[in-house]
Amino acid sequence: MATVERVTSGGIGDSVLRKEDRKFVTGEGRYVDDLKLPGMLHGAFVRSSFGHARIVSIDASAALAMPGVHAVLTHATLPVVTGVLSASNPGGDVRHPEQAVLAKEFARYVGEPVAMVIADDRYLASDAVNAVHVEYEPLPVVVDAEQALAPGAPLVHAEYDSNLCKTLESITDGFDAALAKAPRKVTLRVHNQRVTPMPMETRGCIGDWSNSTGEVTLYTSTQVAHFVRTFISIVCGTSEAKVRVVTPDVGGGFGAKLNTYREEFAVCAASKVVGRPVKWIEDRTENAVATIHGRDQTQYYEAGVAENGRILALKLDAIQNNGAYNQLLTPSISHLTLFMVPGCYDIQDVSITIRQAFTNTTPTDAYRGAGRPEATHGIERLLDAIADELGLDPVEVRRTNFITEFPYASATGLSYDSGDYAATMDVALGHADYAGFEARRAESKQNGRYRGIGLSTYVEVCGLAPSAVTAALGIGAPGWEHSTVRLHPTGKATVITGTSPHGQGHATSWSQIAQTELGIPFEDVEVIHGDTAFQPYGLGTYGSRSLAVGGIALYRSLGKVREKARELAAHLLECSVDDLEWTGTSWQVKGSPDRAKTIQELAYAGWTAATLPEGIEPVLEATTFHDPPNFTFPFGTHICEVEIDPTTGRIEILQYTAVDDCGNVINPMIVDGQVHGGIIQGLGQALFEETVYADDGQMRTPTLVEYLVPSAADVPPMSLHRTTTPSPSNPLGVKGIGEAGTIAASAAIVNAAVDALSVLGIRHIEMPMQPARIWKLIEEAKS
Amino acid sequence: MIPSALSYTKAGTLDEALAAVAAGARPLAGGQSLVPMMRLRLAAPEGLVDLGGLAELVGICEDGDELAVGAMTTHRSVAADPQILASCHVVAQAASGVGSLVIRNRGTIGGSLGHADPHADLPAALLAAGGAVIVRSSRGERRIEADDLVTSYLTTSLASDELITQVRLPKGAARSAYAKFHRRAIDWSIVGVGVTIGSAGTRVAVTGVGDRPLRATGFEDVINAGGSLDEAVAQAGTGMSPLDDLDGSAEYKLHLVGVLARQAYTEASGR
Repeated sequence: MATVERVTSGGIGDSVLRKEDRKFVTGEGRYVDDLKLPGMLHGAFVRSSFGHARIVSIDASAALAMPGVHAVLTHATLPVVTGVLSASNPGGDVRHPEQAVLAKEFARYVGEPVAMVIADDRYLASDAVNAVHVEYEPLPVVVDAEQALAPGAPLVHAEYDSNLCKTLESITDGFDAALAKAPRKVTLRVHNQRVTPMPMETRGCIGDWSNSTGEVTLYTSTQVAHFVRTFISIVCGTSEAKVRVVTPDVGGGFGAKLNTYREEFAVCAASKVVGRPVKWIEDRTENAVATIHGRDQTQYYEAGVAENGRILALKLDAIQNNGAYNQLLTPSISHLTLFMVPGCYDIQDVSITIRQAFTNTTPTDAYRGAGRPEATHGIERLLDAIADELGLDPVEVRRTNFITEFPYASATGLSYDSGDYAATMDVALGHADYAGFEARRAESKQNGRYRGIGLSTYVEVCGLAPSAVTAALGIGAPGWEHSTVRLHPTGKATVITGTSPHGQGHATSWSQIAQTELGIPFEDVEVIHGDTAFQPYGLGTYGSRSLAVGGIALYRSLGKVREKARELAAHLLECSVDDLEWTGTSWQVKGSPDRAKTIQELAYAGWTAATLPEGIEPVLEATTFHDPPNFTFPFGTHICEVEIDPTTGRIEILQYTAVDDCGNVINPMIVDGQVHGGIIQGLGQALFEETVYADDGQMRTPTLVEYLVPSAADVPPMSLHRTTTPSPSNPLGVKGIGEAGTIAASAAIVNAAVDALSVLGIRHIEMPMQPARIWKLIEEAKS
Repeated sequence: MIPSALSYTKAGTLDEALAAVAAGARPLAGGQSLVPMMRLRLAAPEGLVDLGGLAELVGICEDGDELAVGAMTTHRSVAADPQILASCHVVAQAASGVGSLVIRNRGTIGGSLGHADPHADLPAALLAAGGAVIVRSSRGERRIEADDLVTSYLTTSLASDELITQVRLPKGAARSAYAKFHRRAIDWSIVGVGVTIGSAGTRVAVTGVGDRPLRATGFEDVINAGGSLDEAVAQAGTGMSPLDDLDGSAEYKLHLVGVLARQAYTEASGR
């Protein structure tokens, strides 16, 4: 890829350095923990130390006797009116067990909040937590989802007759016949392990309830401020119009902050009790148990295949571990898996069943990729298993099965917008020197090492979401997005966005779009977000939706302002609007550069309102609520090359090549950053990360000593490239890139490792591929 | 991640530090192990005495046939010191691989030895080198050989009023090396092996396979009796009983002892 020059100002397509970075790299970002309100107290939670137990009694007398401890609240004394809500399928064919804000009678996972301490400072609050005595009666525990669905398993929720939350099904009419007709059958079991999102900034919030006005302000580290406001009003029993949610700078989310959590309700309710603001900052070990986890899906694939590798029928039976409760979107995450089971392959006969189970573990929910990595990892592993079984090249099996015509109606009900999967794969094969691989494999063999190469040809669905689709899925929330563009008398612009950046660089990208579409210089645009008091409802940032939905909302508002400016210009220049042309920064009479009005002049004229055309209101300002007509479908090919040392089992990634197609690009540097980070997050899952529970429900990976997040030193050489296939679904032709790297990476890495060890007869490896496991596989294969 | 309440003093002189330790304060060196343990409340000292201001405990100099390394010398300084690199390589090499650069800039050799984590590299490296520590209390000073220093998990043979002031490295440990295996660059060793080929024979020490660093006597006996490296490697894990855990099985760790002993021995032989 040609080196793109980085600039400090620019429009669409420029690699503009991020305008928000100065404050972050100089330590001037303002996170929740930086906020100190007058009179503020500090909360801490007593959390269950059992995977499953009845709470016999809670004795807070010793804690309450400590000077500086203001209150110890329990389910009985916390003033809320309902439990935690889920947006997934409310009232539909899904079990939604009650999730009290503080545990009511039963604790169902280690870390479940049982009581809340309010004290003068955080240290005292922690000491007081240790002084609260909770008597538990331990109950039988189940942590594994398959075991939870087996007959006779301990019930996580005694009010149900099983641990089944919901079954998702999509079976085409022709599936049985197609499978029966297929000459070859290939089966594969894949476990997509449980992982922890681990944003650098843990969660944290401050509740500030005014007992005199009934107004409540919540400062919280979230991706979805408006969702939180709606749910605070319902759970705490107050008017939504009295609730203000403020999102300061957010240090990463990865889906973990696409949620509404018990602690957010608890700080508001606690503030009401003590009459002072209450802050809670999650610590790292709390984060391991109290913030949602991701993945934890076990998949059983069966493919009916022709001798040439063409897939005629595809079956997936999967079990998803939901954890102990449904969080905001828990039951919907594996629906995204279901959508993408066929991947980028033309498979019209499918049978997909995903059973969701409750277990005595922390709830799972959206984690970067949210359901799609499970689908991609599975199908990309399966493609290699098919190639292995039939003795074909994995590249050719992919080519044989690729979807080639767009729009494409998938067997799971989606309409893929655009793509050219073979072209992208060919670019990647070239950059990775796939043709020269066998020589490199031979060289490694000489040195006693196994070398392998693996592909992941992914497609994902993002730009969440058309509201009609979310409604059809039973999600009680829409998928549109808001923007407001406001021109000030001095010609500067404020962009208010309903998206909720927490690392993505919206302030920069949105300013670039404004410069290109409205002619306001990049540096004259301020992007603000994250305060429900002044901005219209916004849906937030998740599902690689910000640009494809929020960016289009912005594009439309910019267009509205530009057209209003045109009417104003025609009035001031005493001509017809049809006589005007847009120069990029001004409206001018066609062919007469001396008769023109710049956008800044028009902003001033609109504000002074000294003379306005008939029917035109003062001020250049416009608002848009944009509901996307379809999802977008980014795709690409990632190729990983590894070498394995059989003496230790260590896998070294020698080269990682990625060719991504996310449609048109606003800022190439930001896209590269998303791909880099996404790949590393996928690499983390492939090689290092796993959230492990013991059978008794205790977590074995509660700190960063046991839970291994990749460090900078673990980053392999990466070679990034792009093809460009614009999306026809939106006027900017953009798709989304926030999750693609993570969705693609794990399969490429595992496929490479399996390829390396295929000479030993090894045809599958589960993640994380830790050295001990690889060494054992090699030893067993040799003996 | 919130430590319990404690008192903190910064020692201005070694005598002040010794008095504080004798009174029950826990010495704070670089804090790279102790502070995380305090945040997890796995350690809850009532008092800390910070040794960070004691310049007399920092530095490296020759003293006869040994190098004298101040206990508060950082891993980074140890790893980069030309004398240690030349004459007691195994310790410099071990120090160069501790944690990340940030940790090596703060963590100290005396702190690591006194903390005695069963996966730490420095105790095994010192044991392989055949070094020693000098400890001091208000009662006086004594020398503890590396073989006698660590007694169990996070436990040394220091008396409760004693402080490590100096680490003694033999200058005759030039032909030495340290090999470790860990998952990420910043992780503790799963297994680490130090080897010194000295005039009195070969010493091999292993971390991660017991409650303290262990001599690989099986390996040493074969090599010192003139046996082959393959035979020695086959005996490297003799007498060791590591635990099964998330890092791998006991079998795997014993296998790693052999792999790393071979690697370190080969490297030391070529030095």
